[in-house]
Amino acid sequence: MLSLTRGSVMYRQFRRIARVPAAGLGGVLVAGFLMVGLLAPWVVPLDPFVQDLSTALHPPSPSHWFGTDELGRDLLSRVILAARVDLTVVALGIGSAILLATPLGLIAGYFRGLADRLVTAASDLMLTFPSLVLAIVLVSLLGSGISSVVIAVALTTAPPLYRLIRSLVLQIASLDYVEAARALGATHFRIITRHIFPNLLGRTVVYTTLLGSHAILSVTALGFLGLGVQPPTPEWGNMLVSARTYLGTAPWLTVFPGLMIILFILGLNLFGDALRDLLDPKLLWRP
Amino acid sequence: MSTYTIKRILLLVLQAWLTVSALFVVFRLAPGDPAVLIAGPGATQAQIDLIRHQLRLDRPLAVQYIAFVRDTLRGDLGISLSFRRPVLSVIASRIPPTLALLATSLGLAVILGVPSGVVAAVRPLSLVSQATMGLTVLFLSVPNFLLGLLLMDLLAVRLRWLPAAGTGGPIFLVMPTIAIAARLLALVARTTRASVLEILGEDYIRTARAKGLSGSTILVRHALKPAMIPIVTMIGLQGGYLLGGSIVIETLFSYQGLGQAMINAVSMRDYFLVQGIALFYVAGFLLINLLVDLSYALFDPRIRYV
Repeated sequence: MLSLTRGSVMYRQFRRIARVPAAGLGGVLVAGFLMVGLLAPWVVPLDPFVQDLSTALHPPSPSHWFGTDELGRDLLSRVILAARVDLTVVALGIGSAILLATPLGLIAGYFRGLADRLVTAASDLMLTFPSLVLAIVLVSLLGSGISSVVIAVALTTAPPLYRLIRSLVLQIASLDYVEAARALGATHFRIITRHIFPNLLGRTVVYTTLLGSHAILSVTALGFLGLGVQPPTPEWGNMLVSARTYLGTAPWLTVFPGLMIILFILGLNLFGDALRDLLDPKLLWRP
Repeated sequence: MSTYTIKRILLLVLQAWLTVSALFVVFRLAPGDPAVLIAGPGATQAQIDLIRHQLRLDRPLAVQYIAFVRDTLRGDLGISLSFRRPVLSVIASRIPPTLALLATSLGLAVILGVPSGVVAAVRPLSLVSQATMGLTVLFLSVPNFLLGLLLMDLLAVRLRWLPAAGTGGPIFLVMPTIAIAARLLALVARTTRASVLEILGEDYIRTARAKGLSGSTILVRHALKPAMIPIVTMIGLQGGYLLGGSIVIETLFSYQGLGQAMINAVSMRDYFLVQGIALFYVAGFLLINLLVDLSYALFDPRIRYV
């Protein structure tokens, strides 16, 4: 499907995108965070849970690059492990949302009818809740913890994703080549999986990176409010709670977890913009 | 009142009924017994049963649902367990500070965002425009609570210009407002720039220029007014962010508003207060969207809802 041989259209597209510094930076940031998240247990310099009160609140130094927190734990190690925690929560939440929204969107958009109206009404209803309010309500009922946060991310991400997929299916299903496939006697299943699904993939992937940056905002906000991932498990948001107590004395407690959140969101946003340009057929033939 | 306005308000009533029902479903069908939650850890079975009976939780779901809708319509949202007052009176005292915060945040975003967007559209290559647009990318990547923390560090702890936290005069609004407004400001500036750029290419702008109107008249009267439609749409879409932002930022700055009350209620397991505040947040979101829909006709004379 995507041929990357030299001289192909896609290859030239990648070259064109790679020349834009912002897009390259976005890709590098996202890939970097994924690597750190995946390899966290092997790349942490020190045990992120070991407390040593004799070295509490030490500023950044050669032995602790990011300094230490109020319990003497190595901040760099905690920030790295937090990357793994945050990325896992976001990936699981968005993954579940994709598993929920894709089949529903395909079926509702393709077959329309009563099922479409019911599912769309349910998704519209969920969209009337500000996402953080819905997340807080869910967490207050399910109890705080990783699984509740994953559920909250999944349930706040699925409705907008469903709406996008459904509207793309509505557009694509009315195109001539779908009509042609139908005339050739293709089954509904074949039309949906072979003719519609591949063509909505690009836009959906772009939108998912955007939802990813929303999700990381919700996860860290919940953590910061004390309703998300619970300490001692490090998470960028919950690390900032203790940072507030030591604002004037230990700014590194705010700066490093904060910088991670900013860089991750920045990376996702830049990467998403680049992907959108890459997958936009209208931009394909521009020099 | 036009037919459209009436239809739109009827839709709001339908949405309101659906969200009340949704809240009922979420709160009653979620795993975990509300009576156990309310009784708290260490309650005896007899106490739990008593609470269950008082809250009608031992009745059939349909009966509970009808009672819930009826009570909500009457404004009876139950008793707050932590304040020992009716939920509605707690909420009533918390609404003005939150409204003030939301109004100043929205105001700041529009007052700074629209002009910088216009400048960026009219002089796209100037240094100021480029810097503004670069800054918006940064603003969109900084979570509001992190910006709030940094402001608190700089303005309250280091420079001691502002009180770090609390509620009271306008001075307590400064940092929370900036923290909430930053993201919105960036979005307003970007949307303004995009839509003004598009409108400046329209035929009627050339007509206006041809008949000798001054640049500023064209910009304000002919370009900015229709450009408000995408801006207002964007603000409507960000209504959820605005309301959610108030929860996080009020908690950070110990600002005695609705959002801070909600987080307290969650940690105090104040079941009815959480439910009541959630209801008000959803109602606020529905209202924002109503106002956005109704405002379109104000900005573009071609839009008439008959």
